[in-house]
Amino acid sequence: MSSTLIRHARVLGGEERDIAIVDGRFAESVERPDETIDATGLVALPGLVDLHTHLREPGREDAETVLTGSQSAARGGYTAVHAMANTQPVADTAGVVEQVAHLGRAAGYAQVVPIGAVTTGQAGQQLAELGAMAASAARVRIFSDDGQCVADPMLMRRALEYVKTFDGVVAQHAQDPRLTEGAQMNEGLVSAELGLPGWPAVAEESIIARDVLLAEHVGSRLHVCHLSTAGSVEIVRWAKERGVRVTAEVTPHHLMLTDELVRSYDPVYKVNPPLRTQADVDAVRRGLADGTIDIVGTDHAPHTAEHKCSEWTAAAMGMVGLESALPIVMEAMADYGFGWADAARTMSARPAQISGLAEHGSLEPGTGANLVLVDPAAHEVIRPAEHATLGRNNPFAGIPVSTRIVDTFLFGTRVVADGELRGPHATARGGQWIE
Amino acid sequence: MIRHLLSTADLGREDAVRILDTAEEMSQVSAREVKKLPVLRGRTVVNLFFEDSTRTRISFEAAAKRLSADVINFSAKGSSVSKGESLQDTAQTLAAMGADAVVVRHPGSGAPARLAAAGWIGAPILNAGDGTHEHPTQALLDAFTLRRALAGLPASGPAEGDRARGAGLDGAQVAIVGDVLHSRVARSNVHLLRALGAHVSLIAPPTLLPWGVHTWPAEVFYDFDEALAAHDFDAVMMLRVQFERMHQSFFPNTREYTRLWGLTEQRYRRLPAHTAIMHPGPMNRGFEICASAADAERALILDQVENGVSVRMAALYELLTGDGTEAQQ
Ligand SMILES: [Zn+2]
Repeated sequence: MSSTLIRHARVLGGEERDIAIVDGRFAESVERPDETIDATGLVALPGLVDLHTHLREPGREDAETVLTGSQSAARGGYTAVHAMANTQPVADTAGVVEQVAHLGRAAGYAQVVPIGAVTTGQAGQQLAELGAMAASAARVRIFSDDGQCVADPMLMRRALEYVKTFDGVVAQHAQDPRLTEGAQMNEGLVSAELGLPGWPAVAEESIIARDVLLAEHVGSRLHVCHLSTAGSVEIVRWAKERGVRVTAEVTPHHLMLTDELVRSYDPVYKVNPPLRTQADVDAVRRGLADGTIDIVGTDHAPHTAEHKCSEWTAAAMGMVGLESALPIVMEAMADYGFGWADAARTMSARPAQISGLAEHGSLEPGTGANLVLVDPAAHEVIRPAEHATLGRNNPFAGIPVSTRIVDTFLFGTRVVADGELRGPHATARGGQWIE
Repeated sequence: MIRHLLSTADLGREDAVRILDTAEEMSQVSAREVKKLPVLRGRTVVNLFFEDSTRTRISFEAAAKRLSADVINFSAKGSSVSKGESLQDTAQTLAAMGADAVVVRHPGSGAPARLAAAGWIGAPILNAGDGTHEHPTQALLDAFTLRRALAGLPASGPAEGDRARGAGLDGAQVAIVGDVLHSRVARSNVHLLRALGAHVSLIAPPTLLPWGVHTWPAEVFYDFDEALAAHDFDAVMMLRVQFERMHQSFFPNTREYTRLWGLTEQRYRRLPAHTAIMHPGPMNRGFEICASAADAERALILDQVENGVSVRMAALYELLTGDGTEAQQ
């Protein structure tokens, strides 16, 4: 029996109230708590849920491990992260996804939910053992070849149909491979001037258009990863009006940054899909505010210094973002009437729902006590060198933000206290998320 | 005064004219019996080439030597370390060796800019061609050659009189024809020609023009003959086109390309007598340019090569001595 009472927290930024936690779940109340925390002035949100995290383990433990990635997640206010399948080996079998989930429990800083590959080796040739991954102890429900697009329309159709067996969802990295051969940045006025091969918006939009039509035809769930263009927002809006079961995601960097930054040729701005124009940034902000875009996913993609301290064309694509996501989203959305309830919806409740995580995304008594307390009136600057992730490829260095992650509770355990890692959940010692 | 030479977009008219005027001074040196100035004695210029280009390397080497600099040629192509590591490591190695200026040729756009900004080395960086981005000294030597021709002076050789000095290219009509999309020469020329007051026409199939080219400070033609009818060109710059582009469907085949965008015999004959013919080399004779045009008296192609040395002397002088005024004092 363990209990915590959090006093005077502004729940979703609204009225102050107390939050009771008993044995890893939210409770109506608690008598004589083991620990009492004064949260006066802090906002309470359900623990954040990221549907798009590259933890790099197994295979690239020099870039990130499940432990360091989980610690980064906790410090960013995340209590669940979905580990993308493009590891080495690829997470395309029950064995690999179970290993990743196990590493997550052994770390104990966030629930690590594996995503399974759609195709064997992410090679785009034949379906991976989706059923075996779904039935495994890791209970995989989201499947993605992220990093690669499932470009073959027939294969995409089959994948969408097949995952209905276990109410799964295919998360598509929408990128027509032929239209983006050798692409280095967004195709537009800046790429033309810089002489860098372009990644046109239509390469994303044409795949999304095809996929929403496929999803409609077979009645399946489709999730669009890291949508980045104004046209993509329009296509998703149109599909939703037609009743297509599509959900869409945007990253903090596509909400905040534009391709003008590439003029520096600094590879910290190299990412896939690429940074787009201000018109695209405005459109994805509007789309997130009006609900066309369901969620924010970080696409946290750590890389070693060797892969970023180079010339632009040789550098790896990707940015880290778990520890800066919430502060950056709140800055990016400041002019769009986007409040704490919207943050809770797009960064916790909705992603948990898409993934089928019943214990996350809610502060209701009876659900898992996954919670983050944030200071909404902080005076902070993003300092990547101080982050827990091994990746230093954070593009937001020096940006002033007014949101600070104070405490993170993972199934009742205070894994982050006053912004610092405090210690793992009992799963790190062989326990369960909830005993 | 400029610190690095990365892009002609960074050059104002004054900078450009100053460099061209310095190059006129340098052209005198090349005509002397002892082709040397002592101005960079004891300084080390590194030619850092990640891509083969014997022509450009030799030109820079001659330029540095005529200024009495020590020259180190560093070919980094095919190095066994991963590309990224080698750029940082190489830069830091050159810094430790005391390089005073680094001339960089690289297959990736932006590599010289990265070297200039990353803090691995403090020496001035001179872009000798990066990917499909820019080739500033090529544009400067093109402007130098054209300025001579417009002044009615010999297009190369030692400066004769002061007629070209201080001048821009005001009102000149210049056509740039061919693969603008992949051409670092075209990008550098568009910026520089505009800064010097010329009117630029870009002539190419739409597949070989950059996205959004209509926002560039240039007139755009898909039809070469229409452009020739519209303007009385002072110069036609033909760009090198790689045959392999047809395999990526930029155009159907070489025959059709030549017919529509080549400087063919027929188009060559149509040109007014004063139109100079230019090409950055190496040429594909019979493809983008016919032999009569390439070998014509008004072809300035070899003058361009010769002027390259004077212009590169001026560029090195500009970067290594702070500004161009010292030479003239
Ligand atoms: Zn992706």
